Amino acid sequence: MHPAISVIFFTVTSGAGFGLIAMIGAGMPLPNGLAAAFFIPALAGLLAVAGLISSTFHLGHPERAWRAFSQWRSSWLSREGVLSVITLILFGLYTLAWMISGERILWLGLLIAIGSALTVYMTAMIYAQMKTVPHWHTGLTPLCYLLFSLTCGYLLAAGLNGFASGASSPAGLAVVAIAIAWACKYAWWKQAETTSLEAAGSTMESATGLGSIGKVRLLERPHTGENYLTHEMIHVVGRKHAAKLRIIALALGAALPLLIALGVWAFAASTLWLVLAFIVLMAGLFVERWLFFAEAEHAVSLYYGGREA
Amino acid sequence: MTSLPQTTDKALGLVIDLDTCVGCHACIINCKEWNTGGYGAPLADLDPYGTEPVGSFLNRIHTFEVSPDNAPASIVHFPKSCLHCADAPCVTVCPTGASYKRSEDGIVLVDESMCIGCGLCAWACPYGAREMDPVENVMKKCTLCVDRIYNENIPEEDRQPACVRTCPAGARHFGDFSDPASNVSKLVAERGGIDLMPEMGTAPVNKYLPPRPKTKPESASSATAEAVTEKPGGFLGWLDQALEKLG
Ligand code: SF4
Ligand code: SF4
Ligand code: SF4
Repeated sequence: MHPAISVIFFTVTSGAGFGLIAMIGAGMPLPNGLAAAFFIPALAGLLAVAGLISSTFHLGHPERAWRAFSQWRSSWLSREGVLSVITLILFGLYTLAWMISGERILWLGLLIAIGSALTVYMTAMIYAQMKTVPHWHTGLTPLCYLLFSLTCGYLLAAGLNGFASGASSPAGLAVVAIAIAWACKYAWWKQAETTSLEAAGSTMESATGLGSIGKVRLLERPHTGENYLTHEMIHVVGRKHAAKLRIIALALGAALPLLIALGVWAFAASTLWLVLAFIVLMAGLFVERWLFFAEAEHAVSLYYGGREA
Repeated sequence: MTSLPQTTDKALGLVIDLDTCVGCHACIINCKEWNTGGYGAPLADLDPYGTEPVGSFLNRIHTFEVSPDNAPASIVHFPKSCLHCADAPCVTVCPTGASYKRSEDGIVLVDESMCIGCGLCAWACPYGAREMDPVENVMKKCTLCVDRIYNENIPEEDRQPACVRTCPAGARHFGDFSDPASNVSKLVAERGGIDLMPEMGTAPVNKYLPPRPKTKPESASSATAEAVTEKPGGFLGWLDQALEKLG
């Protein structure tokens, strides 16, 4: 699949934003005072909204984006749109109440946390529902998206709390969170090795229905040039460098944040350092998400020559 | 509505005969000609005379080579347009309601004025039957020529899809699959019509007729004419002998 920057940015950034919103809502300790009550939710909202806005950049008609709220009964994309807006509105009210009263309303916060997690789940389901892309079509896809989102949120929340508290204990949980999220991604990668169009029963023979006669190969594409389908769904560049890029993703997204969090924990340093861990994790996730798209094979490639297309 | 209808009154679609198709691309051209002026936005081309032409088409012809174990390979031209699936995944993923399947005849259409051009439906289609128009940025797909088949302003013989009407080989047939007595249902029954990628669970309406078995080369050689061994007589005989002496 074509790794569109707008969609990579959307999934990573709004994932982190909703992760932070979930942590705020769930009542993670955060600094007190009006400035904190404004800037921390503003940062979370900004990340979530920036991601959502970037996702409209790949639309042909962004001015009609509001129409995407209508089909929540059948479409995951629509559901995600609806729930993200509801969650953000509730989060706005929560923030207002926090700023005015200095108190965080727990029941509302918990509701918002659930809304955030569900929003991230629905984002992932847009991809996981695609039977045409076997790599994505697994329950591990939403699990990875959720764990990365919550880990991002946790690192950032614990990091920001470093302004108020000297306790380094949250770094211990950060280590665990990062490790679990990447363990899930590792499982996803392992599974991707054994899932393929062929394993799902789709071959050039089944695509053409000619399998009962013999082995099928493409002789000629329908046209000499490219088309929308070959641009959008038949991307082969990514697969060549996949191994190297995975190492980069792991170094930035897993090794560095783990080292930072372990350092904070071991030396009882300020959790402010976890903000840095968050930033490198995000960098790693951009690479991870690029691969998520670039490595994925779409069934239509079978009509354009299969793996070598 | 992007929920699928439980059942449709009719199941209109195409039968494509892979035995007959000669790969002339006439159906593509007539499809583009009709649909660029018909339903929805025109079908655009970018850089049509340049080095990298791209454009939206509702129908494309691939060419495959199929190699049986015990016979030489043969070439199969393979036209592919939307299969108007009964369980169309392209419809249910659509966030706007632009994509829908009609309950009256099962045709899958895009209401282009509602389409936001997110491209999700093209991802959901295993067959590559949907293409984004590069100029209008809305999703284009085969309409089963909905603006011809019910069109009372055109002569009756033209009230069938443009691709079917134009095919010089008669490789495309249009009809109602829900009626077991229809021309298409009979063709499917007689010739063993098949579904493409049944494992995707899309339940396509369009069916493909596999190529008929080719004559085997052994039997082919035994059928060739015997070489002429008789000696000609008369003037031809004299000429034959004279020429042989010369050379
Ligand atoms: S062929 Fe593709 S576009 Fe047409 S109905 Fe089936 S899934 Fe949808
Ligand atoms: S591209 Fe248009 S028709 Fe396709 S899913 Fe998006 S809004 Fe629906
Ligand atoms: S039925 Fe009409 S729109 Fe569909 S492929 Fe044929 S000519 Fe094109």
